[in-house]
Amino acid sequence: MWSFHRWFEKHSLILLIGILVVVSIGGLVQITPLFFIESTIERVEGVRPYTPLELAGRQVYVREGCYTCHSQMIRPLRDEVERYGHYSLAAESMYDHPFQWGSKRTGPDLARVGGRYSDEWHRAHLTDPRSVVPESVMPPYAFLADADLDLRTMSDHLRANRLLRVPYTDEQIASAAADARAQATPFGEGAYEFEQRYGRVAQRDFDGDPARVTEMDALIAYLQMLGAGVDFSTYQADAPENER
Amino acid sequence: MTDKPERDAVTGVDTTGHEWDGVKELDNPLPRWWLYIFYASIAAAVIYWVLMPAWPLLNSYTPGVLGFSDRRNVAAEIESLEGARAPMFERLASASSADLARDPELQQFARAAGESVFGDYCRTCHGAGGAGAPGYPVLADDVWIWGGSLAEIEHTLRVGVRADHPDTRMSQMPAFGRDNLLSRDQIGDVTEYVISVSAARRRIEPNAAAAARGAIVYGEQCAVCHGASGAGDRNVGAPSLQDDLWLYGGSREEIRRQVELGRSGVMPSWERRFDAGTLRALAYYVHQMGGGEADLPPAPAEPAPPAAPAPE
Repeated sequence: MWSFHRWFEKHSLILLIGILVVVSIGGLVQITPLFFIESTIERVEGVRPYTPLELAGRQVYVREGCYTCHSQMIRPLRDEVERYGHYSLAAESMYDHPFQWGSKRTGPDLARVGGRYSDEWHRAHLTDPRSVVPESVMPPYAFLADADLDLRTMSDHLRANRLLRVPYTDEQIASAAADARAQATPFGEGAYEFEQRYGRVAQRDFDGDPARVTEMDALIAYLQMLGAGVDFSTYQADAPENER
Repeated sequence: MTDKPERDAVTGVDTTGHEWDGVKELDNPLPRWWLYIFYASIAAAVIYWVLMPAWPLLNSYTPGVLGFSDRRNVAAEIESLEGARAPMFERLASASSADLARDPELQQFARAAGESVFGDYCRTCHGAGGAGAPGYPVLADDVWIWGGSLAEIEHTLRVGVRADHPDTRMSQMPAFGRDNLLSRDQIGDVTEYVISVSAARRRIEPNAAAAARGAIVYGEQCAVCHGASGAGDRNVGAPSLQDDLWLYGGSREEIRRQVELGRSGVMPSWERRFDAGTLRALAYYVHQMGGGEADLPPAPAEPAPPAAPAPE
């Protein structure tokens, strides 16, 4: 038996192939079941796909590298639950491509920042963080308020997400740009159609400039819905299927 | 490379038989201590598989005989924490402000709990110690927009201001300039009038003629909320204009700008985030920052509906 092993030891290419085979068995055994195990693909009421404006805000979030300082996962630990709120559920990032969990916290976790501050506060904070949090080390993002949101690519972003199994309808994809504008323009054109397509989602002028749809609008819309979907007064955290 | 094992003359140990450029390798056995730890770690892994969640199966996983669950553990920890705090929080939630006033232990608890929550959730806008910021009211002074008694502060915390709560405190000052409700001259006049009725007249000299004209505009446009004398009305969240404290700045330009734009802030509703005890602690903490007011006299009880006639 050991003389058979000598064959691997003496032929580096065969050894390399052997290593790949063994390592991929380990990987497959660990990873493949995650797509089938019930507890890793839980569905929770209240989690919904992003609206086009929120999705665009997410792109800004990723583009600006917010994840390098902010995590979006409240771990099931006492101190974290005490500070940030209910621990994050797998379902809450089911439409995240890619997820923003992270473990680096130069700033606070943002998994439940939605609804915690007013739009105006976010505006002031993103424009000049130290105007509201004197000890903050966050860089200013004032330019977002001057950057018009690129609505031309909105449908493509939705289409790319549908490839990753986010359930956007053809209608939602076709009207993505109009919907992004409608969400940031309450009582404006298309507001009713937007509500038909996405339900009762916050429609506000997020950036305080009703005339334009800026990246600031998108980012604040995204931040204001983070972690606010699931109603934890009705979520059965101690049900057997929710325990792990 | 040859494969012939041979005995090393110096140490008396066999070599592995491998040789590279004259360098050979002794075939010593592995140190016993290392070997035993190695075997023990293999055994520990098997024990771990039995006790803890380990092997993925087709559509579930081996749960382990200990039934370990991160989520259950944190729920138990939070529960024990809440259990330890519960007696005090329950006492707090059911205490009237008179009870609080004569219970130093409860006061200390409410102050500590309130300070901790305030630091996490409120300080970002209202500032450390309730010092406020432009657009975010000072909580440490005795000027209140929606009321400064313990009950009123708690209600404001619960429902928020212009928030998404169905009973949220709601008011909206018109943007007299932006929406062309008043002319530039009228806004200038009413600004002078507001300065003339406020304590700001001690540091800013109002234009008497303009203020006289502004009084008419004020009576038509502003008095309905801010009151004929400028005392404000807490029922509609209209701040008093008689003092010298200004949410958006107290210079002549800043007062004028507020008449033009009618800016207003939003405070989130906290009812869904905090339980009754935490809300009371927070209200107490804000109340004792400097300007807390006494309770209002209880509202007269509503007359009982006439009893339904007894069935015959």
